[in-house]
Amino acid sequence: MLWFILRRCGSAVIVLFLASVLIFLGIRALPGDPATVMAGQEASPAVVEAIRHEFGLDKPLPAQYLDYVGQTLSGNFGRSTQDQLPVIDIIAERLPVTLELSALAMLVAVIVGVGAGIAAAVRRGRLADYVATGFGLAGLSVPHFWLGLLGILLFAVTWRILPASGYVPFTEDPAQNLQRMILPAIVLGTGFAAILMRQTRSAMLGALSADYVRTARSKGLSETKVVGAHALRNSLTTVVTVLGLQLGALISGAVVTEQIFVIPGFGKLTVDAVLTRNYPVIQAVVLITVIGYVLVNLLVDIAYAFLNPRIRLSGGTRD
Amino acid sequence: MSLLEITDLTVGFDTEDGHVQAVRGISLTLGEGEILALCGESGCGKSVTAMSVPRLLPPGTTRLSGSVKLDGRELTTLPEREMRQVRGKDVSVVFQEPMTSLNPSFTVGYQITEVLRRHERLSRQAANGRAVELLELVGIPAPRRRMKEYPHQLSGGMRQRVMIAIAVACSPRVLIADEPTTALDVTIQAGVLDVFRDLRDRLGTAVILITHDLGVVADIADRAVVMYAGRAVEQAPVTELFAHPRHPYTLGLMNALPSAAVDGRLAEIPGMVPSPLTDPDECSFQARCPRAQDDCRAARPPLERHAAGHLAACFHPSGDAPHTPNDGEDPPRGGNR
Repeated sequence: MLWFILRRCGSAVIVLFLASVLIFLGIRALPGDPATVMAGQEASPAVVEAIRHEFGLDKPLPAQYLDYVGQTLSGNFGRSTQDQLPVIDIIAERLPVTLELSALAMLVAVIVGVGAGIAAAVRRGRLADYVATGFGLAGLSVPHFWLGLLGILLFAVTWRILPASGYVPFTEDPAQNLQRMILPAIVLGTGFAAILMRQTRSAMLGALSADYVRTARSKGLSETKVVGAHALRNSLTTVVTVLGLQLGALISGAVVTEQIFVIPGFGKLTVDAVLTRNYPVIQAVVLITVIGYVLVNLLVDIAYAFLNPRIRLSGGTRD
Repeated sequence: MSLLEITDLTVGFDTEDGHVQAVRGISLTLGEGEILALCGESGCGKSVTAMSVPRLLPPGTTRLSGSVKLDGRELTTLPEREMRQVRGKDVSVVFQEPMTSLNPSFTVGYQITEVLRRHERLSRQAANGRAVELLELVGIPAPRRRMKEYPHQLSGGMRQRVMIAIAVACSPRVLIADEPTTALDVTIQAGVLDVFRDLRDRLGTAVILITHDLGVVADIADRAVVMYAGRAVEQAPVTELFAHPRHPYTLGLMNALPSAAVDGRLAEIPGMVPSPLTDPDECSFQARCPRAQDDCRAARPPLERHAAGHLAACFHPSGDAPHTPNDGEDPPRGGNR
């Protein structure tokens, strides 16, 4: 098991290195540069040059890359070219907002999606199945922005039971915070729940017709145990895979959702940074996103190993 | 009173092609400690008959009538809740597919102790101890180590033994073994059959053995029911059946045994099994039967007594000409035996 984790960590480091090179080159391949954005349209070439020098943008690319890696490894992402604030501070302020939003959305998605998927599989071909499948299709088809606007219209404007937008940090007022986050979390989680529902349903249908489920029934176990232990345990691999794969959609969904609900999160920061060619912020934001991805995939791999003894045991002894 | 009494059982399934009648009125009994073989080719209804006892057929589409009594208690109408008390405790099953019948995500130990804790209300520790004993009983070496292993770490024969350990964990009155040796290597088959014999001798478990292999029947069963197209066509103690088979279908099966082969070629029964969708009033076997005459096509022969405990459904049964595939003439290959 330890070997398994170490191997996965090793490949994670390689992925991170390659990603850092890609990010670095990618943003520099974009037309326009931060110095001209900062100096403004009317600035003299000398001013632009001075800014370039100040941020080290006049150095050759390999030197810039080394600077960037050196800074990053020491936990320093540089300063924003927009407002001179340390990037690390900006991120420390924005990241938790998006993490909370994503976590809540995921929670909604897992509870609704997995629950509905199991119910649909157990009651296959009956009313519960049709209702769940119908909602699944709708949830998958409806775009975030439309669902978000509809939510605001109904809950904030018509019924006035939730605030329309804005953000209150959890540490300041947990009740207010949750009141404002619940609608965005549901909006962001809906598509995710729909995908999870469909995958859980098909995985459970497969498991429920498996021979080992018949064995479980022949032992005289209750349906709760047959479905909840024997069938579900073998469907979880699928659920975990979908969870990992869909994280990307969750991040891009967060960008839209944050815009609609005016939440000062990571998604909004990313969009703003790209628009102003804010190299240090883009680099940091993308790198952190990549780290997030790599971490989630590492967790998914480890979860696989826990869920599936065949992976765990072969991973532990092969090398 | 017999331990298990099946009376006039019919089982059908609603399918997209219509109603399929798998079992068309079968009656049989099983005594305490008896090993009863249900034999016949694929699709003859032998598995469906046996699975009707613990009611393990798909609930939505199954149409069942008749009576199944265990110790005089009617099982077909028992509420599902009480039926779950019967499954795994009074009636348990060893399935045909050892490779897929165990749950890949749980240890062998868990899967055995689960049934013990369900029915015997044993503590975790007591159940573990009992599970190790069971693994020993079915002949698995190093049982303590095997407890912690997962099914994929075991060979097919080992898995089938684990299945048997699960099935006998709560000392069932009736054990249903559905083709328990079909998926196994020939060298392992005999060992698995020994386990059944041993269990019957030690625990007095009655066994319903579903098989299409007459070699297995001859080896282990006390009595055999030969099924064809959803009905019992012949039923007799095994020695009597092999000595005096009455029904031409039984005879056909015996001639298809490798030991009965002439010139190194197995005899086959010509033709095909009739469709389970229709049921004309005639002998189901007449289209394939070498002895069929007009009366076979005009009415269905009833199951009649031919000797003590020997029933057969045929208008033109074989006489007393003994048929002994297992003692005597081997095929004249090699020729020096």
